[in-house]
Amino acid sequence: MRRVVVTGLGLVTPLGGSVETTWANILASRSGAGPITRFDASNQACRIACEVKAGDGSGMTFDANQRVDYKVQRQVDPFIVYGIDAAGQAIEDAGLTDMTEEERFRAGCSIGSGIGGLPGIASESIICHEKGPRRVSPHFVHGRLINLISGQVSIKYGLMGPNHAVVTACSTGAHAIGDAARMIALGDADVMLAGGSESALCPLGIAGFAQARALSTAFNDDPTRASRPYDKDRDGFVMGEGAGVVCLEEYEKAKARGAKIYGEVIGYGLSGDAYHVTAPHPEGSGAFRSMEMALKRAGLSPADIDYINAHGTSTPMGDELELGAVKRLFGAAIDNVSMSSTKSAIGHLLGGAGAVEAIFCLLALRDQVAPPTLNLDNPSDSCIGVDLVPHVAKQRRIRAVLNNSFGFGGTNATLVMRGV
Amino acid sequence: MSDVAERVKKIVVEHLGVEADKVTDTASFIDDLGADSLDTVELVMAFEEEFGVEIPDDAAEKILTVKDAIDFIAANGN
Repeated sequence: MRRVVVTGLGLVTPLGGSVETTWANILASRSGAGPITRFDASNQACRIACEVKAGDGSGMTFDANQRVDYKVQRQVDPFIVYGIDAAGQAIEDAGLTDMTEEERFRAGCSIGSGIGGLPGIASESIICHEKGPRRVSPHFVHGRLINLISGQVSIKYGLMGPNHAVVTACSTGAHAIGDAARMIALGDADVMLAGGSESALCPLGIAGFAQARALSTAFNDDPTRASRPYDKDRDGFVMGEGAGVVCLEEYEKAKARGAKIYGEVIGYGLSGDAYHVTAPHPEGSGAFRSMEMALKRAGLSPADIDYINAHGTSTPMGDELELGAVKRLFGAAIDNVSMSSTKSAIGHLLGGAGAVEAIFCLLALRDQVAPPTLNLDNPSDSCIGVDLVPHVAKQRRIRAVLNNSFGFGGTNATLVMRGV
Repeated sequence: MSDVAERVKKIVVEHLGVEADKVTDTASFIDDLGADSLDTVELVMAFEEEFGVEIPDDAAEKILTVKDAIDFIAANGN
């Protein structure tokens, strides 16, 4: 099989509208959480979120006008806008915006989402109910569909290779990168823009996750302390929004054109819990098998992994079970690994999470630094002996990284990457 | 009449994201202002909403330019 490397990155997150801004804020232990401003959340059990801040692109803000046409912005849900921008950043970063037609036949998109255009579905359904079907926007369907990030990006950049969109809840971003890497490895494409995006920040989205008892509700008055993976006082995740997209490229091609290489995708694991729609398997067996498969594919042993970006959503059960699975798989090698959850800073980006966190892994490789787990004031008893990088980033040797993502439906994905 | 024209042009600028001076009476939504067929459906909806008129599909198909829209609304609007 052909080797696959990452040559471009793109991020839109609650901590900034670019890769470097987001990463600088992650390493500075900043939080993107705050009270919900997108809509009136006063009647919700959860009134906080990690919102993408619209603005001119300075500071933590995101300027949609930089890469997304005015008309497209009006017609589509925010998750598509974030996805188009992140994909644009990635292809620009890779230096591949002027590919020949021949090259563009072999360049594709695999950008997914967990939920898709929920805010627009919710608001348009009210219009249909109150004003009738003749007031429903002609852009309603294609402005909400999950595969329309890949569709829009392919049109914008003329990418005529595989056009794909993963939907596996909170594993989407990791599956999208893993699947796209396979397409390159198997020779179906030479370049793939791959990742995930999400924006489910609307009354229906917050209410739905709150009713499923998945969201934090105990920190409405102290939002930056709410996302606290592995901490004894954690009580659910904080919803985030945003997108992460990487530019994957066949290694020899990337090398031949002298591309900057962030890392190589060497392992990909996938499994199903076959247990419960929302609760993880009580022994973490799905997570364990996913990680095991990714390491086997990579040809690495746990001792070769220096950093794990955990799924770690800050839910009481999920964090515990993932930690247990990591401990069982790593055995004595747990002593040398650093494992953190960047969801403590940007919240849970659902379908975007796996891709955004894969990018953090690649930046950890580049800068030889493990990003921190914020708010880890009182680690759970099971955390003893595991370096969860509390509060502040940690400079250390990082040779290879492992990224976990788990989703509703019992779907698990793991990526393993290393420097080239 | 001029009030109708102004309101029509404002809607076109808003929906298509074009410069106001490009929205002349003779401008064609598709050929001159970058609209696609779905954009024209949306424009017609916006005219209906703004002026409280109903524009049946067969009439909507004939609204190709800014002037077509202004004339239809002036003849049928409230």
